[in-house]
Amino acid sequence: MASIVAVIASTHHPFYYRASTATGADRPPFADEWTRKILAFRETLTRANPDVLVMVGSDHFHQLWLDNMPQFLVGKAPMYDANWYNEEREFGLPRMTLKGQEDLSTHILRAGLDDGFDLAFSNELRIDHSITCPIITLRPEADLPIVPIYTNIFAPPLPQPKRFVQLGESIRKIIEQWPSHLRVAVIGTGHLSLELGGPRQFGPHGPDPAFDERAVGWIANGDLDGCLREVTLDSLHSPGNATHGFMDFMLMMGVAGAGVKADYVDTLDLFHTMEAYFTWYPDGGPA
Amino acid sequence: MSKYLLNKFLFTVDRDPELVERYRHEPAELVGWWEANVANALLNSHTGEASTWQAFTDGERAALVGHDHVALFELGAHPFLTLTLFIALFERDNTEPLEYQKAYGAALAHLTLPYPDIAT
Repeated sequence: MASIVAVIASTHHPFYYRASTATGADRPPFADEWTRKILAFRETLTRANPDVLVMVGSDHFHQLWLDNMPQFLVGKAPMYDANWYNEEREFGLPRMTLKGQEDLSTHILRAGLDDGFDLAFSNELRIDHSITCPIITLRPEADLPIVPIYTNIFAPPLPQPKRFVQLGESIRKIIEQWPSHLRVAVIGTGHLSLELGGPRQFGPHGPDPAFDERAVGWIANGDLDGCLREVTLDSLHSPGNATHGFMDFMLMMGVAGAGVKADYVDTLDLFHTMEAYFTWYPDGGPA
Repeated sequence: MSKYLLNKFLFTVDRDPELVERYRHEPAELVGWWEANVANALLNSHTGEASTWQAFTDGERAALVGHDHVALFELGAHPFLTLTLFIALFERDNTEPLEYQKAYGAALAHLTLPYPDIAT
């Protein structure tokens, strides 16, 4: 059976690539600290020595659209082209090509359907920055095959928060049942408090630092009960109008397991958001 | 009111460099052309399968022609779609970092929770 060698959750700030590669007067004052934190975070994946990456992210109305909107979608393709014109335009993100792991995609789709999740699938999925940003930060070689899993955190009606947790728990079980010797890392990206296109956007900090502090505590401690007591689809509007992406963090808490503390936690307060980085080692950590 | 059609406009223009430039420089021309040629187009089909019933209200059309992101927010257009397109249109005019993005938020300061419903 396959082994899950790391579970990783982080934000997916699209300006990291531009900030970390900028030089001279173009380099923002926070770039060096941000880079140091990312290099330490990256090491937590490198040490786990994975063969395959299962990557959970949210599509930003790129390939998924309101004429036919899935809630949860699994990519099943041999290759994935990545990043879009409007992401090059706005964030300076590079075009990328990533290999797929179709056997694991097939297994996740079959077992996920059998486990009660009516997963959509795509045989030609152009992925966007919620998945390419963690490639850039955690595996810039982009040399490992991936299985992308997209969630709808954008287009109401959304699945309930508990459904994201349940899907994470199911993904964990399904991967561990995959008849393979390969080492799998599950990487997912979400948001803490975030406002986009509203009056609280681009402030000196994230729109709700108090929510961010509680949220980091829930994730770091695997406090799913505390998190589910406070978080509802309605409540997630209060910290910022894009905070529903927090449900992807909840999905990753489901993968990591209730009550399981993260082995690695770090944060970085940027000008309009709190970056957060978490790693769990299900088998006790790399030797 | 058609929040879906507003979002479809923002979505299709944002992903096409030529349309972004046309919308920046000639918004009335672009909105008129788009409503006549794209509003009813099925995005994954040829023209023979187009829809027949979609149109903007006068208020929606005026908000788009006026580059009025505040009105679009109040109409329930998806705020991410509006923001990314409008950054494409106007960030280039910044004289300091995030100048447009901050002004964009400040123009919405009169709005408090709960924000307009964005469900389509």
